[in-house]
Amino acid sequence: MILQLTVFLQNEKGTLSRLTRTIADAGINMHAMFLADTAEFGIARIFCDAPEKVAQMLTDAGFRAAVTPVNAVHVPNEPGGLARLLDFCNSADINIEYAYCFKVGDDTAIDVFKVENENIDEALRQAGFRIAEPEDIYAF
Amino acid sequence: MYYQPDIETMSREELSKLQLERMKWSLSQAYENVDFFKRSFDGAGVTPDDLESLEDLAKFPFIVKQDMRDAYPYDLFAVPMKEVARIHASSGTTGQATVVGHTARDLENWGDCFARGIAMVGGSDESTLQVSYGYGLFTGGLGAHAGGEAMGCTVIPTSSGNTKRQVQFLADCGTDILACTPSYALYIADTAIEMGYDPAKDFKISGVICGAEPASENMRQEISDKLGVQYCDVYGLSEIMGPGVAMECAERGGLHIAEDQFYCEIVDPDTGEVLPEGEWGELVITTLTRECTPLIRYRTRDVTRIVSEPCACGRTHRKIDRLRGRTDDMLIIRGVNVFPSQIEQVITAFPEVATQYQIILTNKGPLDHVELHVETEPDYPIDTVRKLEDLKRRLEAELKANLQVAVDVKIVEPKTIERSMGKAKRVIDKRGEQA
Ligand SMILES: [Zn+2]
Repeated sequence: MILQLTVFLQNEKGTLSRLTRTIADAGINMHAMFLADTAEFGIARIFCDAPEKVAQMLTDAGFRAAVTPVNAVHVPNEPGGLARLLDFCNSADINIEYAYCFKVGDDTAIDVFKVENENIDEALRQAGFRIAEPEDIYAF
Repeated sequence: MYYQPDIETMSREELSKLQLERMKWSLSQAYENVDFFKRSFDGAGVTPDDLESLEDLAKFPFIVKQDMRDAYPYDLFAVPMKEVARIHASSGTTGQATVVGHTARDLENWGDCFARGIAMVGGSDESTLQVSYGYGLFTGGLGAHAGGEAMGCTVIPTSSGNTKRQVQFLADCGTDILACTPSYALYIADTAIEMGYDPAKDFKISGVICGAEPASENMRQEISDKLGVQYCDVYGLSEIMGPGVAMECAERGGLHIAEDQFYCEIVDPDTGEVLPEGEWGELVITTLTRECTPLIRYRTRDVTRIVSEPCACGRTHRKIDRLRGRTDDMLIIRGVNVFPSQIEQVITAFPEVATQYQIILTNKGPLDHVELHVETEPDYPIDTVRKLEDLKRRLEAELKANLQVAVDVKIVEPKTIERSMGKAKRVIDKRGEQA
């Protein structure tokens, strides 16, 4: 399990830049960011260093921010990498709330996904997946 | 069980007869002895003789708070000063104070009204009543005190303040019933807990009689749970008498009006028309027995409705529902009356939503549009779009069911809801602003 920083944003002009500016001003490096948006609000999901500290800092600055444990696995950066993972989840009856992936270096990608029953690391490991550790993604 | 069983369980027919008889007396008392009523009745072309039924009261003009201010100090008194036993005055935070006088008989009636509420929380002449309302010009302290004495209770007149001592009396003197404002009851409970007591277990107390300020359902529940008591809501206003005009029995379906002493009407706050029984509107009170300051059709600005279904407690006097707010707070949205308190009630039923909220009214085209801004509680999981949208939909459905008006719920970031120094600005009405 790794910790993702989650921030609730109103779907209005300037909210995202205000968020990234606040994080930048604190000298925090972001490694990846994904936005889920609806007509009225957005949810920013971020991998950054020291996520818990940043969540607290953002909360103090007036944001609705939290850390969310998510699952992350390394997959080879080749066709079918994500498909194999999703096939496994499907066969193991694991319900995925959301998922995204990003490339690390030249030959691997990291698939991130959130499931309802949180700790499936062991099941993943047994199925042969390489679990991503926090230190693979961010500094503390 | 009842304090005055013959009066409190009187048949409706007998009660109406008594009300009509007393109303005639009260109209004459006002018309013949108070200049204001003489002028106002004459201006409306009515005299007390025009009252043949209770419904005829609708022909008579209203009296409003400003009229009472204008009469400062004694112009509304209907008896000579030697018969005035006591005066009370409401604080003049928004202008001139209003002074209300009481004869010895008025005070006795007041005590009886409040004593009925003491019986409603199971009190008797064996009970110990701790009065933690402020004593003085404010009617709370002395009103509750008179109730306790009328019932024959042991009264502890602690008045308000010195909260640790309040707790000490609760612990050491075997207080059965506490009378105070709801916020103070909660403060006393919390202080007791801080001092290491579990009031629900450690104290003998079994009832609280709370009034003089609004209390949400959550707050009432919290007081009941923390103190381990039955909660009795008491209604009253200093212009009319003080606490005891209506009190809530154990059935909790509203507050029994002391109908032998007061006649209540519900009117449309805009037109002044009397509304059919059961509809929400402004409470208008006519005193039936008051000698010193009789009031005919006093506009309370409190919004409630009359509950006339028989009550399981056996009392025949009709009830007023829990107050929805003041007429000044009422919003008219697409022709429907909506009170911020109703919205608040819905929100408090959703633990995932913070109690901060803001209502924004706009009109897009001919229809009013209502947007409700809410924040989620800090620990609510914000990570899933589905859950947030589901929360929004559930809130919208609940609001529609309660208000009969469609409300667009918008979940906003914390602190976007404007907080002013004192009271938060709950309603922003932008209707009529746009072209
Ligand atoms: Zn009842």
